[in-house]
Amino acid sequence: MGRTLFEKVWDDHVVTETEGATLLYIDRQLVHEVTSPQAFEGLRLAGRPVHRPDATLAVPDHNVPTTDRAHGISDPVSALQVDTLEENARAFGVPIFSMNDIRQGIVHVIAPEQGFTLPGMTLVCGDSHTSTHGAFGALAFGIGTSEVEHVLATQTLLQKKPQSFLIRITGTLPHGTTAKDLVLALIGRLGTDGGTGYVLEFAGPTVRSLSMEARMTLCNMAIEAGARAGMIAPDAVTFEYLKNRPMSPRGEMWDRAVAAWQALASDPDAHYDRTMDFDASTLVPQVTWGTNPGMVLPVTSRVPDPETAPDAVSRANIKNALDYMGLRPGTPLDSLKIDRVFIGSCTNGRIEDLRQAASVIRGRKVAPHVSAMVVPGSGLVRMQAEKEGLDRVFSEAGFEWREPGCSMCLGMNPDQLAPGERCASTSNRNFEGRQGKGGRTHLVSPTMAAAAAVAGHFVDIRTWS
Amino acid sequence: MEAFTKLDAVAAPIDRANIDTDAIIPKQFLKTIKRTGLGVSLFYDWRYLPDGKTPNPEFILNQERYKGTRILVTRQNFGSGSSREHAPWALLDFGIRAILAPSFADIFYNNCFKNGILPVRLAEDQIDRLFRDIQATVGYRIAIDLSAQTVTLPDQTRWSFEIDPFRKKCLLEGLDDIALTLTHKDRVRQYEERRKGEAPWLFMHHGA
Repeated sequence: MGRTLFEKVWDDHVVTETEGATLLYIDRQLVHEVTSPQAFEGLRLAGRPVHRPDATLAVPDHNVPTTDRAHGISDPVSALQVDTLEENARAFGVPIFSMNDIRQGIVHVIAPEQGFTLPGMTLVCGDSHTSTHGAFGALAFGIGTSEVEHVLATQTLLQKKPQSFLIRITGTLPHGTTAKDLVLALIGRLGTDGGTGYVLEFAGPTVRSLSMEARMTLCNMAIEAGARAGMIAPDAVTFEYLKNRPMSPRGEMWDRAVAAWQALASDPDAHYDRTMDFDASTLVPQVTWGTNPGMVLPVTSRVPDPETAPDAVSRANIKNALDYMGLRPGTPLDSLKIDRVFIGSCTNGRIEDLRQAASVIRGRKVAPHVSAMVVPGSGLVRMQAEKEGLDRVFSEAGFEWREPGCSMCLGMNPDQLAPGERCASTSNRNFEGRQGKGGRTHLVSPTMAAAAAVAGHFVDIRTWS
Repeated sequence: MEAFTKLDAVAAPIDRANIDTDAIIPKQFLKTIKRTGLGVSLFYDWRYLPDGKTPNPEFILNQERYKGTRILVTRQNFGSGSSREHAPWALLDFGIRAILAPSFADIFYNNCFKNGILPVRLAEDQIDRLFRDIQATVGYRIAIDLSAQTVTLPDQTRWSFEIDPFRKKCLLEGLDDIALTLTHKDRVRQYEERRKGEAPWLFMHHGA
C-alpha cells in the first residue's frame, strides 16, 4: 500500500525501534534563548557535547527589543537570557545569528530564508510554531526543553508515531482572503484540540496555488488546532523558493536533492487515519472574538451569545471569553473599535505579508486613536521591504517601522498591550494575557489588520474603500 | 527526575476547558535560565489580584480547603499552546504531581513525563463526577497507583486508565532518557553513515 508524505519522512528517519518508542533521527534543530538555557546547562552538568553543531542554528528572537537595538537590551533579565544563548553557542560550537546580524529574526522566518529548512527533513525547536517548516514537506514540530537537550546530546528523539489527517482544500481563495483566513476558518471548524495526536497534511488545488509564504502561514497555525505538525508536499513552488538560498544544496547536489524531494508526495493509494474536505471558495475574512484561536467568525458576524451554547462547558467557555474580551453578545464584529495594531510574527511577518498590508494603506493615515506597528520577521525581510519602499508606505501612514523579532506576539520584550487595550493582530494566539496582562487580542490577516488601523475598527476588507 | 509510583493526596478542581500554557505560566516568567522557583508564579494572572502580590481569594488554589494539593482535576485540552516546559516546571515546583482531565495538548502531555508529573486521561463523566464530589467534600483525596494504572476515590470506586507502556516505565523508574538513548549510540552512527550516502545534502556543512 502507498504511503503518505508524513509516513515517507518518518520512515526515512527511524534509527531503531526501542521498547515501546521509535528512535527518530533529527536532521535540524533551531535554538532560541527562551527554551534552551536549561538544556545547555543539562549538557554541561552531564559533561556531554552537542552531537552535531553543524545541524543546529541559534538565534535570539523572543526577548530582543524592536527599537534602539544598537544600545543593547535594557531589561537585565532579558539581557541575561540573550547573553546566555550567545555564551552557550560559543561554548558548544553552535552557529548563531546574533542580535545585530542582518540575518537575525524569528527562528521560523530565518530558517526557511536561509535554506536551513529543506523538504524531507525532520526539524525541531523548543517552540510550538515549529510546525511552520512543514510547509516545505519537512516533519517539523515543537518540543520542550528536556527534548531540546535530548536532541543536542543525541541528534534523536524517542517518539510515538502520530496519526495522519488529510485536509483537502478546494476552491479559489476569494478576493480579500488569505492563507490566514483559511487557517483560522479551519481551526474554527476543528476546534483547538481537533488535531490532537495527528500530523495534518494540507493538500488539494487551493494549497498548490499558494506561495511559500502563504503555505508557511497555514502550517504555522496547525499547532493551534492541537496538531503535532502540519505538512505540505514540496513542488515547483517549493524548489523555486529554495534554489540558491545560502544553505541550500548547490549544483549537482541540488539536482539530486530535488529528485529525492519530488518523490515525497503522498502516494495516490496512501491511507489517512482521518480526512476532511474544505471548500475555500466561500471563505470570508476571519476575526477571532474570544480567547483561543478556535473562537473565530467571519467579519460579517456578530459576537456570539453564551445562552445559545449547546452545553454547560461551552457556555462557560464563551462567557469567560466575553468577560475577558469586554464584549457583549450580538455586537457586530466590524463595529469593534481598536486601540492597537500589530503586524508581524512567525505567522505573518514575511515579505508577502508586508506587501499585502502596505497595499491597502498606501496614501492613507492610521486613525488618530490607534497606535500601529510593523515588525518584520527578520533583518532580511526588513531590508527587502525597505528596498521596495514599504517602510515609507507604513511610516507615512503613521505605522511604526520596527526591528525584527517576536515582539508583541507574546510581549516578552517591551512591546506589550496595556490592560483593556484592544488589538488587531496578525499573530497566532489570542490567549488571555498573551500580548500583555489584560490585553484583548483579535487575530486577523495582514490586510485586515492594516485596514483596521486606518478605519479605527474592524472592516470587511472585501468592500472597504 | 523523581520517579512516580503512587500518590494519595488532596485534589483541587480548576473548572475551565482549554487552559493554555500562557495561563499556567505567563511570559514574564520565561526569562529565567533555571528550572526551579516557578511555583510562586503558577497561574499568576488568576492567582493574584491586579497588584500582582495579593492572593485572589476566589482562585481555587488560594483556598484553605485545597492547601497542600498535589492533584489537579480539570477540563479538556489542558496545556494547549506554547511548548514551554516552564508550565510543568511551575506545576511541579508548586507541588502538583498528577493532573486528571479528559484530554491534554500533545506537547504539554509529553513534557509532563520528562518531569515526573503523571497526566491521566479520564472520561468526561468521570471528570464531571470528580468535580461534584470534590465540591461536596472538604479534604477530598484521590489515590493514584501508576503501576496498577488505577485512580481510587474515597468511597473505593476504582477506575483504570490507559498509559503508554514506555512512558509508564520511564516514570516508574525515573529514567533519564538521554542516558537510555546513548546506549543506542552505535545505531545512530550506522544510521548517519547510511544517510550520508542516501541524502548527502543533509550532512554538508551549512556554513552559517
